[in-house]
Order: sequence, then C-alpha cells, then structure tokens
Amino acid sequence: MTFHRRAILKWGGAATLASVAGALRPRTAAAQGWNQAAFSGKSLDEIVKALGGAGYTPTKAVSWGATPDIAENGAAVQVSIASALPRTQAIAVVIEKNPGPLAAHFEVPPGTDAAIVTRFKMAQTSSVHAVVKADGKYFVSTREIRVTFGGCG
Amino acid sequence: MQGDKVVVRVLMTHEMESGQRKDADGKVIPAYFIREVSARHNGRPVLAAQWGPAVSKNPFLQFTFAGGKPGDRIQVSWVDSKGDTRTDETTIS
Repeated sequence: MTFHRRAILKWGGAATLASVAGALRPRTAAAQGWNQAAFSGKSLDEIVKALGGAGYTPTKAVSWGATPDIAENGAAVQVSIASALPRTQAIAVVIEKNPGPLAAHFEVPPGTDAAIVTRFKMAQTSSVHAVVKADGKYFVSTREIRVTFGGCG
Repeated sequence: MQGDKVVVRVLMTHEMESGQRKDADGKVIPAYFIREVSARHNGRPVLAAQWGPAVSKNPFLQFTFAGGKPGDRIQVSWVDSKGDTRTDETTIS
C-alpha cells in the first residue's frame, strides 16, 4: 500500500476551526517573539550578529533545489534551501539588496528536515544568502538571483 | 512515500504589505505582514518561523518532518504585525 503523506492546508474559509484557534491562543502568545534587531539589520554581518552568531564560515553543504538563477517576477521568487550540515538548528534567508535584507528565519527542531521552500519579494537582482545555524555555529551559502522585474514596488 | 516523512505545504491568505509602496497620493502604505508562523504535529512543534515583509503576498511554505502517520493532526498558526492571529488544522491523509 502506498500513501502520499501530504498535509495540505489552505487558508480562507475554515470557519469550523474557530474553537481550535481559541484553544491555541495562549501558546501562540508565549512564542519567543519577533527578532526586531535581526530584521532591522542592513548587512549579512549585522544580521548574523543579531541572530546570535559571533561570525560565519562559507559552506558548500547547502543545496538550493529548484531556486531559479533568473526570476522573471520579483514579486514571488520561489527559494528552496536544504542544509546537509549535521545538527542544523535554523535557516535564515538574507536578500542582500532588499530594503530589509533578512527575509525569513526558520527554526528546525529535531525530526524536521533542514529544508524549506518559500516565495520572496526581490526588489532587484541580488545575492541571496542562506544562513544556517548548525551545532551552534553559523554557515553561509550564497546564490545570485537575477530579477528582470522587481517586486517590492 | 518516504518512510514516515510528511511533506507539509501551506498557503496563507495575507496581504504581506512591504512598507515600500506608495498610494495614489504618494503616501507610503505602512508595512503589514505575518511575523511569526508555527506548525505542530499532534501538539509537538515541528517548525517555527519569523518573517519580514519580503515574504510574498499570500505566502507559500513547504517543509518536511518525520514521525507522522495518516490521521495525525497538523496545526499551523500565524501572528501578523497588527497582532492578528490565525490557526488552522488538518489531518495527514
């Protein structure tokens, strides 16, 4: 017997879940909070520091999956990042030439693959950094993504 | 099927206003975006994310975790920059 074990969630009209949402609120409120300093950082160095890293080293242990070299629509560039570094704890995406370079930060608990796919806005052609925290240390892999039509305007 | 791996794909409905755009009068439209996203499998955290306004409108997120089986519950919650929150739940099929 084969299963495709896929859980697909679609927002927009799930009124039956109202009671669940109510029950979850206390835990949501207890989340660690948004890292204002990291999201205000203007450079990769500033951002790594704000995330708690003393520095970082380049790595080849990050794969970029189907991430495009050239994005026709900067409003939705699908970025795929997977870390092969042992004990990966977090993955951040830094789009160097965006007004706010830190785009997203993901914490990956044990049991979850160190791999994420998300779509981002890109103002212009830019270096995109995957910042990986593994075993307490920070590593960076960089890709250049050309944007032919910017998406932050 | 890859062992007990579960691929979760989430589509959220949110404006994700960047704070960079201007309206017809030339005034900046304030940023308005999802800041925190968390996912749970039967109550156990499987992903926690913090986002900035550069995540695209109507965000898409895909990740994979181990240890799931059909019928298990997956919950995904978000909190946006206005403090609004939303939680939805589905079961693994």
